[in-house]
Amino acid sequence: MRSLTAGPPKKKAAKTSPGPAVQLSIVCDADTLRSLVRKKAVRVVDVRKADDYKQDHIPTAVSLPLARVLENDTPEKIVGILEELGVSDKTPVVVYDDTFGALAARVAWTFQYVGHTSAALLEMTFKQWKELRLETEKQARIFPRAKHSLNVNKNIYADAPYVEAAKSQPGKLLVDSRERLNFLTEHIPGAKNIPYTMVGSNGRILRKAEELKRFIENRGIASNAEVITYCGSVGTLSGLTYYALRLAGFQNVRLYSKSFKEWKALGKPKEEFKDATYWDLSAE
Amino acid sequence: MKKSRVATVNPRQKGVSPPKPNPKWGREEETEVFAKKVKLFRQGKISEDDFRRFRLQHGAYGSRLHMDYSMVRIKVPGGEITPDQIEKIASLSEAFSIGSAHVSTRQNIQLHWVQLEDVSEIMRGLVETGLTTREACGNTIRNVMCSHFAGVCPNEEFDATPYSMAIARFFLRNPMCQNLPRKFKINFACCDQHGLVRVADIGLVPATKEENGAKVRGFKIYLGGGLGAASFIGHLLEDFTPEGRVLATCMATVRLFDRHGNRENMARNRMRYLVHEMGWEKFQKMALKERSIVEMTTSYSTAQLFDVKSQEDTRQLPKAPRMAKLPMLNEQVTKDSPANERWLHTNVVPQKQEGYFTVFITLGAGDITASQLRVLASAIRDYSAEGVARNTPQQNFAVRYVRGTELRDFYEKLASVGLANPGALTIASAVGCSGTTSCNLAITNSHRLAKEVQRKFLELGLDTDDSLRDATIKISGCPNSCGQHEIATIGFFGGATRVNNSMTPTYTMLFGGSAGEQGELAKAAMRVPAKRVIDTILKVIELYRQQRSASETLHHWVVNITKGRGTAGIKDLEGLKAALAEVIQLPAPEQDPDAYMDYGSDSRFSAKTARGECAA
Ligand code: SF4
Repeated sequence: MRSLTAGPPKKKAAKTSPGPAVQLSIVCDADTLRSLVRKKAVRVVDVRKADDYKQDHIPTAVSLPLARVLENDTPEKIVGILEELGVSDKTPVVVYDDTFGALAARVAWTFQYVGHTSAALLEMTFKQWKELRLETEKQARIFPRAKHSLNVNKNIYADAPYVEAAKSQPGKLLVDSRERLNFLTEHIPGAKNIPYTMVGSNGRILRKAEELKRFIENRGIASNAEVITYCGSVGTLSGLTYYALRLAGFQNVRLYSKSFKEWKALGKPKEEFKDATYWDLSAE
Repeated sequence: MKKSRVATVNPRQKGVSPPKPNPKWGREEETEVFAKKVKLFRQGKISEDDFRRFRLQHGAYGSRLHMDYSMVRIKVPGGEITPDQIEKIASLSEAFSIGSAHVSTRQNIQLHWVQLEDVSEIMRGLVETGLTTREACGNTIRNVMCSHFAGVCPNEEFDATPYSMAIARFFLRNPMCQNLPRKFKINFACCDQHGLVRVADIGLVPATKEENGAKVRGFKIYLGGGLGAASFIGHLLEDFTPEGRVLATCMATVRLFDRHGNRENMARNRMRYLVHEMGWEKFQKMALKERSIVEMTTSYSTAQLFDVKSQEDTRQLPKAPRMAKLPMLNEQVTKDSPANERWLHTNVVPQKQEGYFTVFITLGAGDITASQLRVLASAIRDYSAEGVARNTPQQNFAVRYVRGTELRDFYEKLASVGLANPGALTIASAVGCSGTTSCNLAITNSHRLAKEVQRKFLELGLDTDDSLRDATIKISGCPNSCGQHEIATIGFFGGATRVNNSMTPTYTMLFGGSAGEQGELAKAAMRVPAKRVIDTILKVIELYRQQRSASETLHHWVVNITKGRGTAGIKDLEGLKAALAEVIQLPAPEQDPDAYMDYGSDSRFSAKTARGECAA
């Protein structure tokens, strides 16, 4: 169930017949990715540092360090990058990292934002891929340039004014993805805390959909709510939460990609909790 | 190191097989019920009072001044914990808490700042490995403690562990103790030295007696002790209580308390007040009489629920290889000794089982990170022949049945994640309750202070001075004694005092307390500003070093002073107070504003507390 292919029952079919390009979203499991790689029907994107990529990577993966995405922070430039990586509108893309999925999530979200509709996160990190002794290669890959259209998907994006307005609108909910103690220290007023540490487990960057659903249901959040996620700096941790919420069935999720760092820099109001010395509990 | 997904069998595993079975303290259905109740409470369909009662019965306290969060208290009966349980707690702390866990002074493990809505998920995870939070708080029988040396203590008559487990099982979810006047604590010792038997509602010390030429097992049972704003030492019920009467004695005591305990006055409703007000003789008579009634009326099947046999560890542990000797356990070390030798000297003790040792893991006021917990779990699998660990009231872990020949490897493994600090069995291992880090009643940051004491003492190498070794430092953030300050050689409890016209965090300093069967309560001496506590303890040590008689340890020197039997220089507590008068002074607030703030805070001190839930 976790690899979302063209039609719901066609998961196996994707492995045997090349057919039309598969439609990926949210997470892609290792077997599906390996079969797509064999059929040359996918673009694998490694968002770790360039040096790590040079050591070894998943076969056919191209290198796109997160830093490059952040430096080229306009839709036009991102489309340029997609084209350079040989990704056309229809090319399924699978993104992975070695940072529990957070960097991969930020990049996949960016592709989605500029209009790419078939991007997913690999279900595990590269470290786990290697621990399972799945195949890797050293060779750097370059693919022929492709053509990609630009179609900005505003519905998954939030900026500071949007967040500010959302606070007073019923049915909209702000979710802070940072760890508990950071959240307690300060956060955007009214935000709820779903730490990124909650959404993955046991070697999977995201838990099973039913588990995530239960967590959210425990919190009494209506499944038709619009949720805006943010984290501490550039939308990585909250990118992962963005995909966790999508996996849990939320249709309407946005990422405040500039997150709390921008919010503070803009001098916007914060909620603080100073009545306890909770940092002294940490054993670090 | 491979993740479990790949490597399921560890070839280095040296523990016995099979590993201890899942103890099944937890129940899956309770997690569902909890999640439902939280929703009903949030929807306003359950009153706050009702919900609080329910929540406490399931081991979740409200967090300091922020009721959206809970402290989840995981019961660890007898302190015995498996590697699987430790790993589970690691994952749960990362997912739902703050990425670290906290060992309490009553062998619980606590997860702090958990969102109320996530508590049921923690309970669900715990059930998988057999743990529970049920009746960890509230007016019930709390976690049943057992000395972490039980089974390995050279001085014990027999292993009390199965008895403690059987008592814990008998009372857990038992209708007779779901709504007592107040919480109720049962502690088992291994011998007269180790164990908190005199400061519990029921304290039990294993004992044996010759009867008709046969040795029979039993206990010395103490009733009505306890620490708190007013503390009492427990009374011995009778010379010897045979094992066959242990259950009836406990049931009778609980029933008396249930019937006669004070349900009106929250501040005086622990059983020790009942015993005190009634007078011990009267209570003792009533207890013995009630026991006869219990024995005559309890059905066979109920009595069978107290099943010691089923709690015995019947696994045959392998013999450890003999080894010449471990010099470092006895010989002198110094601050400059190799780290491994210092650790051996201050953290390792021999067991009655030859060749085996119990190793203590030094924590700072009981805190341990998730990644440290994982390494600890793996170290237990690799090096403990019994394949489990125990947590201790000194807020450390004890890993038992480690072969002397493997201590070095064990040390290396612990050292790789900062778990091989020395000093666990010394004065450096200061105890500190949670204080203002999470407790509603706290006035001061006792938790951080305990860590600061430990850091400073290790830095000074005080752990290597054997004359300080039997002295203890214990710190509570308010008079309520969770930090057990009254059984410390030097104890502290937090308060707020105006010093030089400035509200200042202070501690009342107490002297001369001890645990064990001859345990005594410490005597309060004077108030010390929080930021002067460390220097004041150091001053006490300095005075001791100047004045001690030849073989006197710090602990004995202090106890003698509290009894007015000190030496000419410092005869009694008044003399000690006078000698400390200078070191507790603060400079003017303008000169050193920091001296008037509490640890962990950079703003002016003000004492803030909210309703305590101990009695709710
Ligand atoms: S002693 Fe006081 S401050 Fe410490 S945990 Fe107990 S109630 Fe809280």
